Amino acid sequence: MTAWRQKNESYKRKTALRNTAVIIGYTALLILSLLVSMNTGYTRLSPLDTLRTLFGGGNDKEKLILFDFRLPRIVVSMLAGAGLALSGCIIQGVSKNALADPGLLGINAGAGLMVLLYVLFFGAQSFLSIFTLPFLAFFGAGTAAVIIYALAVKKGQGAAPMRLILTGVAVQAGISALTTVLIIKLDDDQYDFVVAWSAGSIWGSNWKFVLALLPWLLLLLPYVLTKARVLDVLNLGDETARGLGASVEKEQRKLLAVSVALAASSVAVSGSISFVGLIAPHLACRLVGPRHSILLPACALTGAVIVSAADTVARVIVQPSEIPTGIMVAVLGAPYFLYLLAKSRR
Amino acid sequence: MIQGTKPAVLVQKSAPQQRRIKKNIRGWTAWLILIAGSGALLLLMAFSVAKGAAEIPMQTVWEALTRFDKDNMHHLIIVDLRIPRVLASALVGAALAVAGAIMQGTTRNPMADSGLMGLNAGAGVALSVCFAFFPGVSYLQTVLFSFLGAALGAALVNGIAALRRGGATPMRLVLAGAAVSSLLAALSQGIAIYFEVARDIMFWTAGGVAGSSWEQLRVIAPWALCGLLGAFLLSRQVSLLSLGEDVAKGLGLNTTAVGLLCSLVVLVLAGESVSVVGAVGFVGLMVPHLARYLVGVDYRWIIPSSAVLGALLMVLADLGARMLNPPFETPIGALIALAGVPFFLYLSRRQRRMH
Repeated sequence: MTAWRQKNESYKRKTALRNTAVIIGYTALLILSLLVSMNTGYTRLSPLDTLRTLFGGGNDKEKLILFDFRLPRIVVSMLAGAGLALSGCIIQGVSKNALADPGLLGINAGAGLMVLLYVLFFGAQSFLSIFTLPFLAFFGAGTAAVIIYALAVKKGQGAAPMRLILTGVAVQAGISALTTVLIIKLDDDQYDFVVAWSAGSIWGSNWKFVLALLPWLLLLLPYVLTKARVLDVLNLGDETARGLGASVEKEQRKLLAVSVALAASSVAVSGSISFVGLIAPHLACRLVGPRHSILLPACALTGAVIVSAADTVARVIVQPSEIPTGIMVAVLGAPYFLYLLAKSRR
Repeated sequence: MIQGTKPAVLVQKSAPQQRRIKKNIRGWTAWLILIAGSGALLLLMAFSVAKGAAEIPMQTVWEALTRFDKDNMHHLIIVDLRIPRVLASALVGAALAVAGAIMQGTTRNPMADSGLMGLNAGAGVALSVCFAFFPGVSYLQTVLFSFLGAALGAALVNGIAALRRGGATPMRLVLAGAAVSSLLAALSQGIAIYFEVARDIMFWTAGGVAGSSWEQLRVIAPWALCGLLGAFLLSRQVSLLSLGEDVAKGLGLNTTAVGLLCSLVVLVLAGESVSVVGAVGFVGLMVPHLARYLVGVDYRWIIPSSAVLGALLMVLADLGARMLNPPFETPIGALIALAGVPFFLYLSRRQRRMH
């Protein structure tokens, strides 16, 4: 008995140590990515210049580049990454499907259709687009999610995971089909804009977007953390969760709503980067294990690191033009994910 | 005495249980679907040959087949354009549906289709490379190129999933497939955007079976037929795998070998389809669910029924693509998804053994 207890204690200590190491490691990576990202871009700023500008020195041009162009973009990419990763983690927990991502709730498809419709009617170069597009994207994403939930829910059963998945896949396919039909009608400029959007180019990069995105994360992250235990219980299966006293339907509804809000607000400013929501939870889970109280923060950090690193690379790899961040996210994230997959024993 | 009674108790199933098992394997429905479906398919194909931008009476269709006159415009349209096109769509529909059924059965994931094997994404990369670097290649070469790409994608997925000792478990396959697909899709998107060929690729994939020729059919038909035959032969093993890998192993199935064979069949079936019509994802996803809804959980019935239903759906969709807005073509993938979604939603709400 004592031997077992000792073993258990040492196991607990080890896990705690590992988790702390992972969190610290990720935070360090995040800071590193921030520093590297501030120093890279089309206009060269030396690290010394950057530092001086950061602490009030520097000329107007340096200030403009750092504070008005680079920093907001870095912050937006981090916030969007964290939001999408969290959203993916919640959806995978609720649907109990390893392949689920925010796209499953129609977030990307809905937002994409709205962006497409807007571009179709008002053109890609419209002056208003920088203000109206995020709202429209958010609206489209939210509407798609509500439609999917309404179709999947059944009286007395809630949205059973299987039905939620199938409905999500179907509605998503329908919206994508509409998109395909409409996309043929676009001219070259409009087409390029829509393609870049759906490949995930972080285009909403000024402080207004940071302010629009930050409250969602600040409000919802603590809330999700209080629900960590509920997510753990839901993972055991609906029947077991009910047996353990969780009101499955209600919790499911709340968690899905949070997840939609996180993903929709992120997608609205970052374009369609759904891959983060798929892999960040898996990466985090392989590093810190399946308990949501530690998994959720680890997941948010993973997402932030991946997207900000990818964004940095995307900005510099083919200068002076840039490739959409979403593409870089997949190019960087997928090999890392595959490496972990090949390495892990589970 | 105890030993004598115990197995009897274990073996004997209660009456409702037996009824449920019988209900889940609906052989008669399956035969009905296979026979009626094949009949409907033939009729529809004949109808589809006669319809299109140029209306051609049935009489002329028959004449074109029996007394071909190479100076008659209608005869040429029928023999050189419409018949290969209809045959190609039937083959592709059957192949995609069967590939989807095998994927869903072996991975036990209702979201699985052949896209998960990295096939669509691989073909996509090959296409964008083809359009970006070799703009002048012929139609048939493009098809071959995308088949190679599809094979490469599938090889990557299977290779990575099998890296770890213990081989490729379904879960590992699914995850590797999702990651590799995203990676390849990102690469092809990147190439398409950088070399500004995104629009050409879109028109190619939206074109569906429009450019089918006898030459192309001669290349893909043997592969597709072999793949379908292989799928029918493997259907019993797929049924076992769909019970879960542990159960299948316990029942004496060599899961690694069967998994490998299944992957091969899916590659052949979906690879040639994707290279002909592009990523028409919804057929492979929806038709197996529909078949399972109709004939129960036994893959010996699901796979043939999927083949017939898939062919039927694809021929119908191709007809619709031609008829909706002549002489323009509506993208066939979009048409299938738009028509299929409400139906699929209805099925998933009814949920009588969909998975």
